[in-house]
Amino acid sequence: MLDQIKLETTNPGATSTALLPGTMTPANPKITARNVSVFYEQKQALFDVDLDVMPNEVLSLIGPSGCGKSSLLRCFNRMNDTIDVCRVTGNITLDGQDIYDRSIDVVELRARVGMVFQKPNPFPKSIFENVAYGPRIHGMTKDRDELEELVVSSLKRAGLFDEVADRLQDSGTSLSGGQQQRLCIARAIATRPEILLMDEPASALDPIATSIIEELIDELRQNYAIVIVTHSMQQAARVSQKTAFFHMGKLIEKGETEQIFTNPVDAKTQDYITGRIG
Amino acid sequence: MSIWFVFTALLLVPGGLYFAGRGRAVALAQGEVASLHSKQEYHGAYLLIWGSAPALGVAILWLLFAGIFTDYLVAGQLGSEFSTLNAEQRATVLQTAQALLYGSAFGEATPLVQTASERYRDSYSLVNSAFAGLGTVALVLGALSGWRQISPRLRARQFVETAALWLLMAASGVAILTTFGIVFSLVFETWQFFKFVSLSDFLFGTQWSPQSAFEGAGAAATDARNAQIFGAVPVFAGTLLISAIAILVAAPVGLMAAIYLSDYAPKKARVVAKPVMELLAGIPTVVYGFFAALTVAPFFRRSGEAFGLTVSSESALAAGIILGVMIIPFVSSLSDDVISAVPESLRDGSAALGATRSETIRKVVLPAALPGIVSALMLAISRAIGETMIVVMAAGLAANLTINPLEAVTTVTVQIVTLLTGDSAFDSAKTLSAFALALVLFLVTLSLNIIALRVVKKYQEQYD
Repeated sequence: MLDQIKLETTNPGATSTALLPGTMTPANPKITARNVSVFYEQKQALFDVDLDVMPNEVLSLIGPSGCGKSSLLRCFNRMNDTIDVCRVTGNITLDGQDIYDRSIDVVELRARVGMVFQKPNPFPKSIFENVAYGPRIHGMTKDRDELEELVVSSLKRAGLFDEVADRLQDSGTSLSGGQQQRLCIARAIATRPEILLMDEPASALDPIATSIIEELIDELRQNYAIVIVTHSMQQAARVSQKTAFFHMGKLIEKGETEQIFTNPVDAKTQDYITGRIG
Repeated sequence: MSIWFVFTALLLVPGGLYFAGRGRAVALAQGEVASLHSKQEYHGAYLLIWGSAPALGVAILWLLFAGIFTDYLVAGQLGSEFSTLNAEQRATVLQTAQALLYGSAFGEATPLVQTASERYRDSYSLVNSAFAGLGTVALVLGALSGWRQISPRLRARQFVETAALWLLMAASGVAILTTFGIVFSLVFETWQFFKFVSLSDFLFGTQWSPQSAFEGAGAAATDARNAQIFGAVPVFAGTLLISAIAILVAAPVGLMAAIYLSDYAPKKARVVAKPVMELLAGIPTVVYGFFAALTVAPFFRRSGEAFGLTVSSESALAAGIILGVMIIPFVSSLSDDVISAVPESLRDGSAALGATRSETIRKVVLPAALPGIVSALMLAISRAIGETMIVVMAAGLAANLTINPLEAVTTVTVQIVTLLTGDSAFDSAKTLSAFALALVLFLVTLSLNIIALRVVKKYQEQYD
């Protein structure tokens, strides 16, 4: 098992330049989380998490079900706000600015921090309208030509354009599962976010669609910071440069993906990645 | 034969058959109940069916034919004085005689009627006894036959399961046959009506006054003036006007209430508000009627006067608004269901793109729920068109052809009520016209319902 993961981590997509000291000037983190705790009513789902998300890097959050990784992800774009009973404490900043501050407009925040969900959720509209939805809401384009350009470029970046170029007016729900998920990614990047949050983006997809999405994630890294929640350790090993392991709401270990999967410090991490807990 | 005897027999006989069949199966198995092909309960039910089904058949025959047999018997006994009468007079004599027997006849009875009445008394008891005897024989023979068939190898379970299937089919048959019966009688009577008044006069005529009894028109089906008084356009226009007002009230209010309930209301408010709104649907329409006639209509008249408008004391506006209030719960409850059925993942997806709650509802949720909302509105309209009591009380009877909602108008349902209440001969054009109106009404609501169902089916997004 470990050997296998080691082999996979040597594939070029996962080899981060950040792993080679001196090749890159240290950048400021896009997101910093300090002492973040999440409560659902009285139940605490996440305990005092400290974590940074670096630009042009894929950070994967792994851990068994109910470990709080999705709760943390949903803090980064304040999607937890939509759940009445959910309460977040601690400090989360985006480019140094507290995103839970009163002066922050959550609408603007979510335009800057895009999100892709576990199950593809295209709107029951045309492919074009799905992608145009965010730009229209935020009034990002000044005319139809510019909007079309943005839609096409977003679809291209999501690697979907060639497959749907001649049927942009077809319903988004008519696509296959993998195409739908790439449509959702195109929709998310159409608002020109700086960060993409992905909540198990491939768990509802077949292996071929999954590998397409994984390649896409690696390409998107050139332009965005990406945080991905995944249940698949192989996937975490393949796509991410940093990995954080959660267990029972606590951040157990974080570090370079290669180090986490080959030489974990904590015994619990060791148990999880070797399949003894989970 | 007292009622108690009948009830006791109805309870005891099937119960007795059941336990007898069950007991016999157990006895035949000689204690080895497991050796029975079917469980002993099925043997009980088997005997119950064999005993009661033939008796039930006799009871149905009795319901269908006892009256005819009795009439036949009585007529045969009355002699030449009766047989020389024409068919219509004979029917009258027989009807009056029966009325006399049950003490509901008016005026002085002729000797012939009195004789017939006595004959009826005797014949009834004769026919009833004959059927009772026949029923008992059927019961005993059936039960005996069933008793003899019971054996450990009898496949009683299969028989009982099949019988259950037939019972269920018969139950659904009742509803279907009733619908067909009603439609058939509507079509038949309407056809009668159109023998006297042409279809185009009815559908396109603008003068509706079947109550013009002073001139005698409408009283006889063949009257030549009928063509001028059975123009249904004002009636349908009135229905349309009132329904339009109702839906103008109910659609926005109901829809907004549904949006509040599904997307804005905190859980606690929803738990209280939804049942209360549905309670609105449970208020008897006659109560809405009071309200429309006694409170709303006078209010509109007074307000109208304040603005220098003449508002009729029975106005389309008052009836339409109250009707709209009545159908709000239909719109809100059905729309709430379809809006809530739009998956949460779509709302999340929209919110994650930075849409506000109202943008999400306007641009994602409502378009996704639109087919369901359309069909909710269609069902509400068909409910409004068919509603009678409120419009009877608030809209008036005058068949004005107008689109001014401040005037009195009349509707199809109101006209049916006025045409069929009060005494009028069954073969008058006036009475028959009620069936024609009812048929058109039925066709309109039926097609609305069909369209609503089609719309939902066709445009429903499949969310898995």
